[in-house]
Amino acid sequence: MNAALQELSLLDRAIINRLQDGIPVCEAPYAELAGELGTDETTLLRRLQALKTAGYLSRIGPMYNVERMGGAFTLAALQVPDARFDEVAGIVNVFPEVAHNYRRDHAFNMWFVVAVAEATDIASVLSRIKAATGLEVYNFPKQEEFYLRLKFDV
Amino acid sequence: MSEALAKATSLNNGDLERRLIELTQAGLPLVPHPYHALADQLGVTADEVMATFRAMQARGVVRRIAAVPNHYRLGFRGNGMSVWDIPDALVREVGREVGALDFVSHCYIRPRALPDWPYNLFAMVHGRNRDAVHEQVAQIAGMLGERVRSYDVLFSTEVLKKTGFRASAHSVSTPPNPKGE
Repeated sequence: MNAALQELSLLDRAIINRLQDGIPVCEAPYAELAGELGTDETTLLRRLQALKTAGYLSRIGPMYNVERMGGAFTLAALQVPDARFDEVAGIVNVFPEVAHNYRRDHAFNMWFVVAVAEATDIASVLSRIKAATGLEVYNFPKQEEFYLRLKFDV
Repeated sequence: MSEALAKATSLNNGDLERRLIELTQAGLPLVPHPYHALADQLGVTADEVMATFRAMQARGVVRRIAAVPNHYRLGFRGNGMSVWDIPDALVREVGREVGALDFVSHCYIRPRALPDWPYNLFAMVHGRNRDAVHEQVAQIAGMLGERVRSYDVLFSTEVLKKTGFRASAHSVSTPPNPKGE
């Protein structure tokens, strides 16, 4: 067990494990969950607030699938010469359609997610990034997804 | 992302759904009756709110309503993007197997970009540290045997940008951490 988990009580761990599975849509969802966890609603709400504040939980609520709402994503990558890395990162990050951008230890060293309202906008955003950076933009759109949510048993 | 949501047009019962999405960007209220609290703010009934969430779940607009752990904060400090060159005829079967592993979160088929990029399957692997991720990647390679032609694992070394991404297709996407995935 690592240090981060040693800070958590058994109840906190049970809360994290159980609530990853879902929060019901009903009159009093936290009371229902508290019953399953052998605690009470007030305690559960207090621990959830504390776990969120302390950063153990990044979100408590609905996870939306933008693609089902008409939006679209793609993953794109650049091979940026080291000498130009910061300059190119600045150019790419200015695009509001770029949601996440990570540096990775590979010849393909810049990986970013483009999120747009209309799927047809992706090509235009990528071509504008190519023009602005002078670099080939590699587009890796998702073709099929095997979505089995990771569950962290703590 | 909020811009994308605001423009999104394929919502049913569009107005209430859009208002609920906006109102829950920060999450579900941590109060005894959260759906009633949302209803009060929107001037509708709790039954309407609950029915709308159930309908959005049924259509897949809401993947689920749940707590999202910050894997970095919980000690899962190694997050590698493993990438695999799998023969096209096998990639779906392999994708299902890899996606089912308990240390893999997202698993996607994506196009190759030959000759520079031969990989057509991407799987995010999460472990306590980089060594653990390398072991897990080796475990996948062992499981796949001759079905994999080559593979690599890319670790993030810096988060260059991370904007609000809550209304996301990714369920483990927003740890406020310095390493990212």
